[in-house]
Amino acid sequence: MSDLADIAPSGTLAQQAGSRPSIRPRGAGIVAQVLPWLLAAAILVAAPLVFTSGTALTMMSLMGIMVVFALSYNMLLGQTGLLSFGHAVYYGLGAFFTVHAMNVVALNRLPLPLPLMPVVGGLAGLAFGIVFGAISTRRAGTVFAMISLGIAELVSSGSNILRSFFGGEEGITANRTKMLRLFDLSFGPQIQVYYLIAAWCLICAVAMYAITRTPLGRLCNAVRENPERVEFLGYEPQAIRIAAFCLSALFAGVAGSLAAINFEIANSAYLGVHQSGVVLLAAFIGGIGTFVGPVVGAVVVTLLQVSLSDLTEVWQLYFGLLFIAIVMFAPGGIAGLALMHGPLIRAGTAHRLLPAYLLALGPLLVMLAGAIALIEMAFRMLVRAGDGTEMSLIGIPLDAAHILPWIVAGAMAVGGGLALRAVLPRVTAAWHEASAAAKEKLA
Amino acid sequence: MLELVIISTLNGVLYGMLLFLMASGLTLIFSMMGVLNFAHASFYMLGAFFGYQISKFTGFWIGLVAAPVVVGGIGALVERYGLRNVHRHGHVPELLFTFGLAYVIEEVVQMVWGKLPVDYRVPAVLDFPAFTVFGTNYPAYKLFMLAISVAIFLALLAVLTRTRVGLIIQAALTHPNMVAMLGHDVPKVFMLVFGVGTGLAAVAGVIAGPALVTQANMAGLLGPILFVVVVVGGLGSLTGAFAASLLIGLVQTFAISLDVSVASVFRAVGIDATPSEGVLGDLWNVTIAQVGPIIPYLLLVLVLIARPTGLLGNREA
Repeated sequence: MSDLADIAPSGTLAQQAGSRPSIRPRGAGIVAQVLPWLLAAAILVAAPLVFTSGTALTMMSLMGIMVVFALSYNMLLGQTGLLSFGHAVYYGLGAFFTVHAMNVVALNRLPLPLPLMPVVGGLAGLAFGIVFGAISTRRAGTVFAMISLGIAELVSSGSNILRSFFGGEEGITANRTKMLRLFDLSFGPQIQVYYLIAAWCLICAVAMYAITRTPLGRLCNAVRENPERVEFLGYEPQAIRIAAFCLSALFAGVAGSLAAINFEIANSAYLGVHQSGVVLLAAFIGGIGTFVGPVVGAVVVTLLQVSLSDLTEVWQLYFGLLFIAIVMFAPGGIAGLALMHGPLIRAGTAHRLLPAYLLALGPLLVMLAGAIALIEMAFRMLVRAGDGTEMSLIGIPLDAAHILPWIVAGAMAVGGGLALRAVLPRVTAAWHEASAAAKEKLA
Repeated sequence: MLELVIISTLNGVLYGMLLFLMASGLTLIFSMMGVLNFAHASFYMLGAFFGYQISKFTGFWIGLVAAPVVVGGIGALVERYGLRNVHRHGHVPELLFTFGLAYVIEEVVQMVWGKLPVDYRVPAVLDFPAFTVFGTNYPAYKLFMLAISVAIFLALLAVLTRTRVGLIIQAALTHPNMVAMLGHDVPKVFMLVFGVGTGLAAVAGVIAGPALVTQANMAGLLGPILFVVVVVGGLGSLTGAFAASLLIGLVQTFAISLDVSVASVFRAVGIDATPSEGVLGDLWNVTIAQVGPIIPYLLLVLVLIARPTGLLGNREA
């Protein structure tokens, strides 16, 4: 799994640059460490004041849940180098235990408020993480990935058998307003649920970041890079993997719990392989080499899921193509791509890249527009043939039965692609020039 | 009882041979490139749909030959222009690339052929009962499927052990650098193996399509089982894949026909325990037929815990 280090070439660059400020006195470091979190908290508090619509509020709640889930996943994949295809197991179990706990509390009028419920989900995730972690973490790599897949299939098939707990296909519902009220909060309105999710999201993110700074977090990275050397240092790689696995299951359980509170239902789709796939896509698209990567990925993926599904019916195809493009061309993810420019910006040479980037942007947009037009026209012809062949793309009316739109779209896709290929060497040349200049300035 | 044993054995061996058609390609690809091809079942699905589409114009037999060739070609192109570029980033991105590919192929198939099953028929020549056991007609098409899979298995064995190409492939499995030193074009061998492997999956798709259901979710249903087969058998081991295919084929087929639960066993010996409520009651009443789909995964987890190399593998995954 040492190849995970290669995914984040940006990390090494950023670390080189980042190691310099550590010479500074400690006091300044603490301010610099707290500031991003204060900023994040401010964004979380202010977001509903800026985006006031109901859809925006729902979407931001989903983003908060996904951020916790994706960050917990990255504790495995990014920090410890364990590729899991079954992380939704802990998310789903956290959700189910929360729903049952909510029902028990409401039935017996126990003095427990709703904001404490994610603790139940976290404990459920932790408990199952200990059980499944103990049997699956003996090996990393493909063995671990396959066992995680096997456990995921076992649990999701098992949920269809144990109907009294998992509720079969309908799932189990709960009512979040029937809990003990603190400060007269009913948690009926979505805005209150949003702030509940935002608070837990911030707590979990701080906790997970703090874990990466502990000796355990460092050992996780060491196990990812070279388990054999860790053994020589006197540590047990499996024990470290189990610890990382359990912690990540705990936070996944919290995320599932928040989802259960948000939707007031838990069903078997929560534990499914599809949900595990979504979190993998989110973490990787954002970038698994950095801590902020999964946050970016969670926001982008949720945004795409909600907004693209309104725009086009084949949004999952675009989603898959985006993922493949990231894997092929930017394995550091969106955050990795952005952070690559950090040293250049600090050295003040980033502006030299602008002309080359602008030059490449034109052909890229033309190629994408052509490809999207081709996909949409094919979709209309093949699936929506009953609606007629006349359609409109971004307000441009066209008839997919004619040959002309196809020729134009095809020419745009191919021509844009060829032009992009012709321009790319200039972008790489500009990149090398700018980074060489940056090195000179920093040296 | 005998009827059940004979029919289930026949069906189990048939299902196992179909699994092996796919698992052989998957395990060969793994041992060469060290990457588990997540999209392998998607190529099986493409085979079924291409076979269906071609058979609509030309009849079943041309589809049987043409669809695997086309799918194998697509597979070779995927290796050449996709996987080979991702290779330098390491194994995890390779696995993720095939994961994304499986996702995209499923979406494209849904877009082209829709979500409902297509009407892929058994060819008229083979649409008759071959023989009758205990009053049950056994279709000739199933025997044909069995014959094709066995023939391909034997041909694959012959090519790998008796020909020059087979020797080079076997050598490239273990010592790719040495083979390259000797002047063989190893990347081309990789491309060939990937193309042939996906082509074999497509053959399985074409012959399974009319017998099972040709639908856009068929890859998602079969894919995980395929992983179970190659991992349980031992990654990179062809004989292991063969044994595991038959094992899982038989286990799944027999499980489906056993309508036995804990409650029914107790009832048979005369104890009529009342089913309790809750999770325990669920477990009490669940039949083996209902548990059938999860047996392979249970097997996978147990085998990997006890023996991470799989049953017959000699290298760790």
